[in-house]
Amino acid sequence: MAELQFRQAVREALDEEMERDENVFVMGEEVAEYNGAYKATEGLLDKYGFRRMIDTPISELGFAGIGVGAAMNGLRPVVEFMTFNFAVLAADQIINHATKVRYMLGGQVKVPIVFRGPNGSAGQLGATHSVAYDSMYAHFPGLKVIQPSEPADVKGLLKSAIRDDDPVIFMESEQMYGLKGEVPDDEDFLIPIGKAKVKREGSDVTVVAHGKMYHVAKQAAAQLEKDDVDVELIDIRTVKPLDIETIISSVKKTNRCVVVDEAHPFGGVAAEIGYLIHRDAFDYLDAPVARVTLPDVNAPFAKNLFDLWLPSAKNVIEAVKTVTYNS
Amino acid sequence: MANKQEEAVFTPIGLNKNKNGKIDKTVKLPEPTKKTYKQLGLTKQNLVDMYEQMYLQRRFEERAMQMYQKGKFGGFLHLYIGQEAISTGTVFALNDNDDIITAYRDHGWGLVRGVTPKAGMSELYGKTAGCSKGKGGSMHFANVKNHFWGGFGIVGGHIPLGSGIAFANKYKDNGRITACFLGDGAVHQGVLHEVMNMCQLWKLPCLFVVENNGYAMGTSVERHSVGEIVDRADAYGMKKVVLNGMDVLTVYEKMKEIAEEVREDSMPWFIEIRTYRYRGHSMSDPQKYRTKEELEEYQKVDPIERLKTYIFENKAISQKKLEEIEENVENKVLEAIEFAENADPPEPEALYEDMFVEEEATFHK
Ligand SMILES: Cc1ncc(C[n+]2csc(CCOP(=O)(O)OP(=O)(O)O)c2C)c(N)n1
Ligand SMILES: [Mg+2]
Repeated sequence: MAELQFRQAVREALDEEMERDENVFVMGEEVAEYNGAYKATEGLLDKYGFRRMIDTPISELGFAGIGVGAAMNGLRPVVEFMTFNFAVLAADQIINHATKVRYMLGGQVKVPIVFRGPNGSAGQLGATHSVAYDSMYAHFPGLKVIQPSEPADVKGLLKSAIRDDDPVIFMESEQMYGLKGEVPDDEDFLIPIGKAKVKREGSDVTVVAHGKMYHVAKQAAAQLEKDDVDVELIDIRTVKPLDIETIISSVKKTNRCVVVDEAHPFGGVAAEIGYLIHRDAFDYLDAPVARVTLPDVNAPFAKNLFDLWLPSAKNVIEAVKTVTYNS
Repeated sequence: MANKQEEAVFTPIGLNKNKNGKIDKTVKLPEPTKKTYKQLGLTKQNLVDMYEQMYLQRRFEERAMQMYQKGKFGGFLHLYIGQEAISTGTVFALNDNDDIITAYRDHGWGLVRGVTPKAGMSELYGKTAGCSKGKGGSMHFANVKNHFWGGFGIVGGHIPLGSGIAFANKYKDNGRITACFLGDGAVHQGVLHEVMNMCQLWKLPCLFVVENNGYAMGTSVERHSVGEIVDRADAYGMKKVVLNGMDVLTVYEKMKEIAEEVREDSMPWFIEIRTYRYRGHSMSDPQKYRTKEELEEYQKVDPIERLKTYIFENKAISQKKLEEIEENVENKVLEAIEFAENADPPEPEALYEDMFVEEEATFHK
């Protein structure tokens, strides 16, 4: 075990997988000479050179597509987007090509590619730099979508993502890169994609959250404890495939659920989880499932508006009080 | 204003053209090669083989068109008829393990890279015996084991895939080169320009080959493109050439020269091959945008007829023998139709196959 920052966990996963497999390479804007816009690839150029650490021009569509083609032809690209807000320029390659070639060519190719980078908001960056895209990608068949919240999960899941033979979206957060946590240093420390983790056991209410929102929910759970509300906190870690079984067995125990998600509400993962709970555990519910998400409105700049916009621990506490009829 | 007939402000007239969008002749063909087949290092048998391949592509599609019109299968059907010299000349020029990728006008490319008429026809019919198990259809022929990576349906979408295949070849230093074919219409997709820059920057062994067939759907080149297509290369300092695509020997000669050079120096090329699409864009195209006369101009220089004449001039084969070959091709195509009609459609389980690599991937039902 070693204490690592979130960004160092990314770096270690990349380093170990590059060391292990010659076909793994990293490509993106500022990944090599600059050591990564958020220093997640620091030192990798020195170790692996310009053949395997590739600085690209600002051409998201072009380099995402080169990554997909290279993956079809036997390599294992890790394509970094400076943020997923810029990956929408590459949507044609991610959505129309990476997810579909295998299927439409009747299984003649595999596309083992990882698209990674920070997702969601990172403070007052305005409307174009603040969007959470995990639910959007999870909508498309053929993609696996991971958004971890802690360094150990980062390392174990990123390593699994790189070894996976399908396209994987791996989402980080600018605001979590400095976060520290214990990380196993075993080279084969892998966390299976699609497994949630109960990170706090409790009996009164199930709170489901992932990514940055996990920390918001954790803060809320700590405060609720003072009011004698015992929260069971589940970090789904992988948006797709979604580990609904873990959520359902928790809901069967607590009979109440709040889903916290840093995305807009319409058709998001919170909506999907809500549906699945109603489908699989309707008879166990003592209250309708509640969700805490962004409002259906763009990110504002002004500090006071931004704070209103982003889901907070206070919002989570209010939602928990609603489902426990405590408000 | 409203009833005054004026020159429309936004009528695209291309560069140096002021006829308000009217075209006389949409693509100007450069001179074909003057070299003889012997000078090109080809044998008489090579000529006959080229002919057989081009004739197969033509008859396959003419028959497919008939079946489509009879309602035997659905979807889109984009015919390559008129352009066969390009696929044939290229594949004879490249090594068998060089990589090829193209857009949705892909039947000819599949056939020349080993998709059998039966597998091709079955793909059109949506049968499991199809080259892509009936899950791709007309636009997604592929034979990856023979280095044909497929047809793709998003205009320009496959261009970076071609560059990525070239990237991997260079990474693995395996000596293979990649030829990425695209239409004149696809030239205007931004992604082409993104990857031309990267390919030149990274010296990727990649050929960008525009099959300029005069039209992007119903819009003629002169109405959709400013300047000469091939000059796009200049902005990237990329090597470039314009070829006559109605002459298989010209395509063969130049593609071979270029391939050898790329194998030496690993620098990309931008190649414009001029040709002509005889049929409509797809089966639903009434072709109001061009004249019969224009079409006839190009049918006079039909690549298959041209090669046939050349074969007889050079006594490469007797008329009788060639007729036998044609008959044989025709029979194979007819057998392919019969085969496809009787072949099994995919089992319902196939709906969930080839999505994720796991045997039992999680699907949300
Ligand atoms: C991104 C995108 N936009 C539009 C279309 C619809 N479309 C299909 S083919 C085509 C014309 C392309 O012409 P060209 O590149 O010259 O190829 P050709 O059909 O002549 O082979 C268009 C507009 C598409 N398939 N993809
Ligand atoms: Mg065209």
